[in-house]
Amino acid sequence: MSIITIERKVLEKNDEIASRNRALFKQHGILALNLVSSPGAGKTSIIERTLERLGKDLKVAVVEGDVQTDYDAQRVARYHVPVVQIVTNGGCHLEAKLVQEALSQMDLGGLDVLIIENVGNLVCPANYDLGEAMKVVVLSTTEGDDKPLKYPNMFRNASVLLVNKIDLVPYLDCNPATLKSNALQINPHLQIFETSCTTNAGIADWCGWLKEKGARTS
Amino acid sequence: MHELSIAQGIVDIIGQYVPEAQVADVRLVKVRVGQMAGVVPDSLDFCFGAIIDGTPLRQARLHIEETPVRSQCAACGEVFAVEDVAFVCPVCGSGDVSVISGTELQVVEIELSERQAGAI
Repeated sequence: MSIITIERKVLEKNDEIASRNRALFKQHGILALNLVSSPGAGKTSIIERTLERLGKDLKVAVVEGDVQTDYDAQRVARYHVPVVQIVTNGGCHLEAKLVQEALSQMDLGGLDVLIIENVGNLVCPANYDLGEAMKVVVLSTTEGDDKPLKYPNMFRNASVLLVNKIDLVPYLDCNPATLKSNALQINPHLQIFETSCTTNAGIADWCGWLKEKGARTS
Repeated sequence: MHELSIAQGIVDIIGQYVPEAQVADVRLVKVRVGQMAGVVPDSLDFCFGAIIDGTPLRQARLHIEETPVRSQCAACGEVFAVEDVAFVCPVCGSGDVSVISGTELQVVEIELSERQAGAI
Protein backbone atom coordinates (compact mmCIF):
# COMPACT_ATOMS: atom_id res chain seq x y z
CA MET A 1 0.00 0.00 0.00
CA SER A 2 1.10 3.53 -0.72
CA ILE A 3 -0.30 6.09 1.67
CA ILE A 4 -0.94 9.78 1.09
CA THR A 5 -1.36 11.67 4.36
CA ILE A 6 -3.31 14.87 3.87
CA GLU A 7 -5.45 16.11 6.82
CA ARG A 8 -7.81 18.21 4.73
CA LYS A 9 -11.10 19.62 5.96
CA VAL A 10 -13.91 18.20 3.84
CA LEU A 11 -15.81 21.49 3.87
CA GLU A 12 -12.71 23.57 3.14
CA LYS A 13 -14.10 24.84 -0.17
CA ASN A 14 -17.28 26.02 1.54
CA ASP A 15 -15.26 27.69 4.32
CA GLU A 16 -13.12 29.54 1.76
CA ILE A 17 -16.15 30.99 0.01
CA ALA A 18 -17.70 31.81 3.41
CA SER A 19 -14.56 33.81 4.25
CA ARG A 20 -14.97 35.76 1.02
CA ASN A 21 -18.63 36.47 1.86
CA ARG A 22 -17.55 37.58 5.35
CA ALA A 23 -14.95 39.96 3.87
CA LEU A 24 -17.63 41.41 1.59
CA PHE A 25 -19.96 42.01 4.57
CA LYS A 26 -17.12 43.67 6.48
CA GLN A 27 -16.23 45.89 3.53
CA HIS A 28 -19.83 47.15 3.36
CA GLY A 29 -20.35 47.31 7.15
CA ILE A 30 -23.19 44.78 6.98
CA LEU A 31 -24.32 42.66 9.92
CA ALA A 32 -25.17 39.27 8.39
CA LEU A 33 -27.42 36.87 10.28
CA ASN A 34 -27.90 33.20 9.46
CA LEU A 35 -31.44 32.44 10.63
CA VAL A 36 -31.91 28.74 11.35
CA SER A 37 -34.67 26.53 12.80
CA SER A 38 -36.70 23.43 12.11
CA PRO A 39 -39.50 23.82 9.51
CA GLY A 40 -42.41 25.91 10.75
CA ALA A 41 -40.73 27.42 13.81
CA GLY A 42 -41.49 30.91 12.51
CA LYS A 43 -38.34 32.17 10.77
CA THR A 44 -40.22 34.03 8.04
CA SER A 45 -42.70 35.46 10.55
CA ILE A 46 -39.79 36.69 12.69
CA ILE A 47 -38.35 38.40 9.59
CA GLU A 48 -41.73 40.01 8.87
CA ARG A 49 -42.12 41.35 12.42
CA THR A 50 -38.50 42.53 12.38
CA LEU A 51 -38.99 44.40 9.10
CA GLU A 52 -42.19 46.01 10.41
CA ARG A 53 -40.34 47.32 13.41
CA LEU A 54 -36.88 48.11 12.04
CA GLY A 55 -37.62 48.83 8.37
CA LYS A 56 -37.47 52.58 8.95
CA ASP A 57 -34.37 52.59 11.16
CA LEU A 58 -32.14 50.11 9.37
CA LYS A 59 -31.65 49.17 5.75
CA VAL A 60 -32.34 45.43 5.77
CA ALA A 61 -32.11 42.93 2.91
CA VAL A 62 -33.14 39.28 2.96
CA VAL A 63 -31.86 36.12 1.30
CA GLU A 64 -34.48 33.36 1.41
CA GLY A 65 -33.44 29.72 1.24
CA ASP A 66 -36.05 27.08 0.52
CA VAL A 67 -36.13 23.57 -0.85
CA GLN A 68 -38.91 24.58 -3.25
CA THR A 69 -41.10 27.62 -4.13
CA ASP A 70 -40.53 31.37 -3.70
CA TYR A 71 -43.43 31.80 -1.24
CA ASP A 72 -41.18 33.23 1.46
CA ALA A 73 -39.59 35.78 -0.90
CA GLN A 74 -43.11 36.90 -1.89
CA ARG A 75 -44.03 37.34 1.78
CA VAL A 76 -40.90 39.36 2.51
CA ALA A 77 -41.17 41.47 -0.69
CA ARG A 78 -44.39 43.00 0.69
CA TYR A 79 -42.17 44.96 3.07
CA HIS A 80 -40.37 46.64 0.15
CA VAL A 81 -36.92 45.39 1.03
CA PRO A 82 -34.41 43.79 -1.35
CA VAL A 83 -34.95 40.03 -1.34
CA VAL A 84 -33.34 37.18 -3.31
CA GLN A 85 -34.79 33.67 -3.23
CA ILE A 86 -32.50 30.65 -3.36
CA VAL A 87 -34.26 27.40 -4.28
CA THR A 88 -32.08 24.46 -3.28
CA ASN A 89 -34.16 21.88 -5.25
CA GLY A 90 -34.02 19.29 -2.50
CA GLY A 91 -30.83 20.47 -0.78
CA CYS A 92 -31.34 20.45 2.98
CA HIS A 93 -29.15 23.48 3.79
CA LEU A 94 -27.64 26.62 2.26
CA GLU A 95 -23.98 26.58 1.27
CA ALA A 96 -21.65 29.58 1.06
CA LYS A 97 -21.56 29.42 -2.74
CA LEU A 98 -25.34 29.75 -3.02
CA VAL A 99 -25.22 32.83 -0.79
CA GLN A 100 -22.32 34.23 -2.82
CA GLU A 101 -24.44 33.90 -5.98
CA ALA A 102 -27.40 35.55 -4.25
CA LEU A 103 -25.19 38.45 -3.11
CA SER A 104 -24.10 39.05 -6.72
CA GLN A 105 -27.76 39.84 -7.53
CA MET A 106 -28.01 42.38 -4.72
CA ASP A 107 -26.88 45.97 -4.26
CA LEU A 108 -24.98 45.81 -0.97
CA GLY A 109 -24.26 49.55 -0.79
CA GLY A 110 -25.92 51.22 2.20
CA LEU A 111 -27.20 47.99 3.74
CA ASP A 112 -27.05 47.67 7.54
CA VAL A 113 -28.35 44.14 8.06
CA LEU A 114 -28.63 41.07 5.85
CA ILE A 115 -30.89 38.28 7.10
CA ILE A 116 -30.22 34.92 5.47
CA GLU A 117 -33.14 32.57 6.11
CA ASN A 118 -31.75 29.06 5.93
CA VAL A 119 -33.65 25.92 4.95
CA GLY A 120 -35.77 24.62 7.85
CA ASN A 121 -33.52 21.99 9.44
CA LEU A 122 -31.77 21.82 12.81
CA VAL A 123 -29.03 19.43 11.64
CA CYS A 124 -27.26 20.19 8.37
CA PRO A 125 -27.14 24.03 8.38
CA ALA A 126 -25.02 23.87 11.56
CA ASN A 127 -22.08 22.58 9.49
CA TYR A 128 -22.08 25.17 6.73
CA ASP A 129 -20.56 28.57 7.41
CA LEU A 130 -22.15 31.14 5.09
CA GLY A 131 -19.92 34.04 6.16
CA GLU A 132 -22.44 35.33 8.70
CA ALA A 133 -21.55 37.27 11.84
CA MET A 134 -23.78 34.97 13.85
CA LYS A 135 -26.36 32.23 13.71
CA VAL A 136 -29.76 33.07 15.17
CA VAL A 137 -31.72 29.94 16.03
CA VAL A 138 -35.50 30.06 16.31
CA LEU A 139 -37.04 27.35 18.48
CA SER A 140 -40.80 27.38 18.88
CA THR A 141 -42.48 26.22 22.06
CA THR A 142 -44.55 23.67 20.09
CA GLU A 143 -41.37 21.72 19.36
CA GLY A 144 -40.75 20.92 23.04
CA ASP A 145 -38.26 22.06 25.65
CA ASP A 146 -35.81 19.16 25.04
CA LYS A 147 -34.75 20.23 21.53
CA PRO A 148 -31.50 22.02 22.52
CA LEU A 149 -30.24 18.74 24.01
CA LYS A 150 -31.25 16.79 20.90
CA TYR A 151 -29.57 19.17 18.45
CA PRO A 152 -26.52 20.35 20.43
CA ASN A 153 -24.41 21.25 17.41
CA MET A 154 -26.84 23.91 16.24
CA PHE A 155 -27.32 25.46 19.66
CA ARG A 156 -23.59 25.34 20.36
CA ASN A 157 -22.91 27.24 17.11
CA ALA A 158 -25.61 29.87 17.57
CA SER A 159 -25.23 33.25 19.28
CA VAL A 160 -28.90 34.08 19.72
CA LEU A 161 -31.95 31.95 20.57
CA LEU A 162 -35.45 33.19 19.87
CA VAL A 163 -37.99 31.12 21.82
CA ASN A 164 -40.91 31.69 19.48
CA LYS A 165 -44.69 31.09 19.80
CA ILE A 166 -44.33 31.97 23.48
CA ASP A 167 -48.04 32.89 23.51
CA LEU A 168 -48.93 29.18 23.06
CA VAL A 169 -47.27 28.02 26.29
CA PRO A 170 -50.57 27.75 28.25
CA TYR A 171 -51.74 25.07 25.79
CA LEU A 172 -48.51 23.08 25.62
CA ASP A 173 -46.47 20.66 27.63
CA CYS A 174 -43.43 22.88 27.23
CA ASN A 175 -41.72 24.72 30.07
CA PRO A 176 -39.86 27.80 28.76
CA ALA A 177 -37.59 27.81 31.85
CA THR A 178 -36.54 24.20 31.12
CA LEU A 179 -36.07 25.03 27.44
CA LYS A 180 -33.80 27.95 28.31
CA SER A 181 -31.83 26.03 30.90
CA ASN A 182 -31.31 23.18 28.39
CA ALA A 183 -30.11 25.69 25.79
CA LEU A 184 -27.73 27.36 28.25
CA GLN A 185 -26.34 23.97 29.25
CA ILE A 186 -25.26 23.51 25.63
CA ASN A 187 -24.15 27.12 25.18
CA PRO A 188 -23.94 29.46 28.19
CA HIS A 189 -23.17 32.43 25.92
CA LEU A 190 -26.56 32.31 24.15
CA GLN A 191 -28.51 35.57 24.09
CA ILE A 192 -32.15 34.53 24.57
CA PHE A 193 -35.38 36.35 23.68
CA GLU A 194 -38.94 35.04 24.10
CA THR A 195 -41.05 36.08 21.13
CA SER A 196 -44.48 35.75 19.58
CA CYS A 197 -45.21 36.84 16.03
CA THR A 198 -48.96 36.75 16.80
CA THR A 199 -49.00 38.97 19.89
CA ASN A 200 -45.68 40.74 19.11
CA ALA A 201 -44.43 39.83 22.59
CA GLY A 202 -40.66 40.22 22.85
CA ILE A 203 -40.28 41.57 19.31
CA ALA A 204 -39.34 45.04 20.62
CA ASP A 205 -36.58 43.56 22.80
CA TRP A 206 -35.17 41.45 19.97
CA CYS A 207 -35.32 44.36 17.51
CA GLY A 208 -33.73 46.75 20.02
CA TRP A 209 -30.83 44.35 20.45
CA LEU A 210 -30.53 43.86 16.66
CA LYS A 211 -30.63 47.61 16.02
CA GLU A 212 -27.77 48.18 18.41
CA LYS A 213 -25.73 45.34 16.88
CA GLY A 214 -26.44 46.59 13.35
CA ALA A 215 -25.42 50.15 14.23
CA ARG A 216 -22.18 48.89 15.77
CA THR A 217 -21.30 46.91 12.62
CA SER A 218 -21.88 49.80 10.21
CA MET B 1 -29.04 14.27 3.88
CA HIS B 2 -26.06 16.59 3.69
CA GLU B 3 -23.91 13.44 3.88
CA LEU B 4 -24.27 13.31 0.09
CA SER B 5 -22.56 16.68 -0.39
CA ILE B 6 -19.95 15.72 2.21
CA ALA B 7 -19.27 12.47 0.31
CA GLN B 8 -18.88 14.55 -2.86
CA GLY B 9 -16.43 16.79 -0.98
CA ILE B 10 -14.36 13.71 -0.10
CA VAL B 11 -14.35 12.57 -3.74
CA ASP B 12 -13.23 16.08 -4.80
CA ILE B 13 -10.34 16.02 -2.31
CA ILE B 14 -9.24 12.58 -3.57
CA GLY B 15 -9.22 14.06 -7.08
CA GLN B 16 -6.91 16.85 -5.94
CA TYR B 17 -4.31 14.46 -4.49
CA VAL B 18 -4.43 11.40 -6.71
CA PRO B 19 -3.48 11.71 -10.39
CA GLU B 20 -6.31 10.66 -12.72
CA ALA B 21 -4.41 7.56 -13.90
CA GLN B 22 -4.14 6.26 -10.32
CA VAL B 23 -7.67 6.96 -9.11
CA ALA B 24 -8.63 3.33 -9.82
CA ASP B 25 -5.92 2.21 -7.36
CA VAL B 26 -7.46 3.99 -4.39
CA ARG B 27 -8.52 1.32 -1.89
CA LEU B 28 -9.04 3.10 1.40
CA VAL B 29 -9.87 6.65 2.41
CA LYS B 30 -9.47 7.48 6.09
CA VAL B 31 -11.86 10.13 7.31
CA ARG B 32 -12.05 11.67 10.77
CA VAL B 33 -15.57 12.54 11.89
CA GLY B 34 -16.23 14.22 15.22
CA GLN B 35 -19.19 12.95 17.24
CA MET B 36 -20.58 16.49 17.16
CA ALA B 37 -19.87 17.10 13.47
CA GLY B 38 -23.51 16.45 12.64
CA VAL B 39 -22.62 13.60 10.32
CA VAL B 40 -24.05 10.08 10.51
CA PRO B 41 -21.15 7.70 9.72
CA ASP B 42 -23.38 4.97 8.22
CA SER B 43 -25.12 7.51 6.04
CA LEU B 44 -21.80 9.00 4.89
CA ASP B 45 -20.54 5.50 4.06
CA PHE B 46 -23.70 4.76 2.08
CA CYS B 47 -23.52 8.06 0.16
CA PHE B 48 -19.83 7.61 -0.64
CA GLY B 49 -20.57 4.14 -2.03
CA ALA B 50 -23.42 5.50 -4.14
CA ILE B 51 -21.28 8.30 -5.61
CA ILE B 52 -18.29 6.14 -6.57
CA ASP B 53 -20.40 3.29 -8.01
CA GLY B 54 -19.54 2.89 -11.69
CA THR B 55 -16.59 5.31 -11.52
CA PRO B 56 -12.84 4.56 -11.52
CA LEU B 57 -12.91 5.14 -7.76
CA ARG B 58 -15.35 2.24 -7.20
CA GLN B 59 -12.89 0.04 -5.29
CA ALA B 60 -12.32 2.66 -2.60
CA ARG B 61 -13.73 2.10 0.88
CA LEU B 62 -14.23 4.64 3.61
CA HIS B 63 -12.66 4.12 7.00
CA ILE B 64 -14.42 6.45 9.40
CA GLU B 65 -12.67 7.27 12.65
CA GLU B 66 -15.07 8.86 15.13
CA THR B 67 -13.53 11.32 17.57
CA PRO B 68 -15.16 12.01 20.95
CA VAL B 69 -16.19 15.47 22.08
CA ARG B 70 -13.57 17.04 24.35
CA SER B 71 -13.67 20.45 25.97
CA GLN B 72 -11.30 22.74 27.82
CA CYS B 73 -12.41 24.91 30.72
CA ALA B 74 -11.64 28.62 30.27
CA ALA B 75 -11.61 29.13 34.04
CA CYS B 76 -9.29 26.36 35.29
CA GLY B 77 -7.85 24.84 32.11
CA GLU B 78 -9.16 21.32 32.73
CA VAL B 79 -9.51 19.20 29.58
CA PHE B 80 -12.39 16.72 29.78
CA ALA B 81 -14.59 14.41 27.73
CA VAL B 82 -18.09 15.78 27.20
CA GLU B 83 -20.73 13.16 27.90
CA ASP B 84 -24.48 13.57 27.51
CA VAL B 85 -23.95 17.07 26.10
CA ALA B 86 -22.89 18.38 29.52
CA PHE B 87 -20.63 21.31 28.64
CA VAL B 88 -19.69 21.93 32.27
CA CYS B 89 -16.22 21.63 33.80
CA PRO B 90 -16.15 18.57 36.10
CA VAL B 91 -13.47 20.21 38.29
CA CYS B 92 -14.63 23.79 38.92
CA GLY B 93 -18.20 23.68 37.60
CA SER B 94 -17.73 26.51 35.09
CA GLY B 95 -19.86 26.47 31.93
CA ASP B 96 -17.36 28.65 30.09
CA VAL B 97 -15.74 25.85 28.12
CA SER B 98 -14.57 25.59 24.53
CA VAL B 99 -14.87 22.50 22.38
CA ILE B 100 -11.36 21.40 21.40
CA SER B 101 -12.27 18.23 19.49
CA GLY B 102 -15.31 16.36 18.30
CA THR B 103 -16.40 18.67 15.49
CA GLU B 104 -13.78 17.54 12.94
CA LEU B 105 -14.65 16.52 9.42
CA GLN B 106 -11.39 15.72 7.68
CA VAL B 107 -9.88 13.48 5.07
CA VAL B 108 -6.79 12.12 6.81
CA GLU B 109 -5.24 9.53 4.51
CA ILE B 110 -5.64 7.97 1.10
CA GLU B 111 -4.28 4.46 0.51
CA LEU B 112 -3.50 3.15 -2.96
CA SER B 113 -2.86 -0.45 -4.00
CA GLU B 114 0.76 -1.61 -4.26
CA ARG B 115 0.75 -2.46 -7.96
CA GLN B 116 0.88 1.03 -9.38
CA ALA B 117 1.83 2.93 -6.27
CA GLY B 118 5.36 3.43 -7.50
CA ALA B 119 4.08 5.53 -10.35
CA ILE B 120 3.14 8.34 -7.98
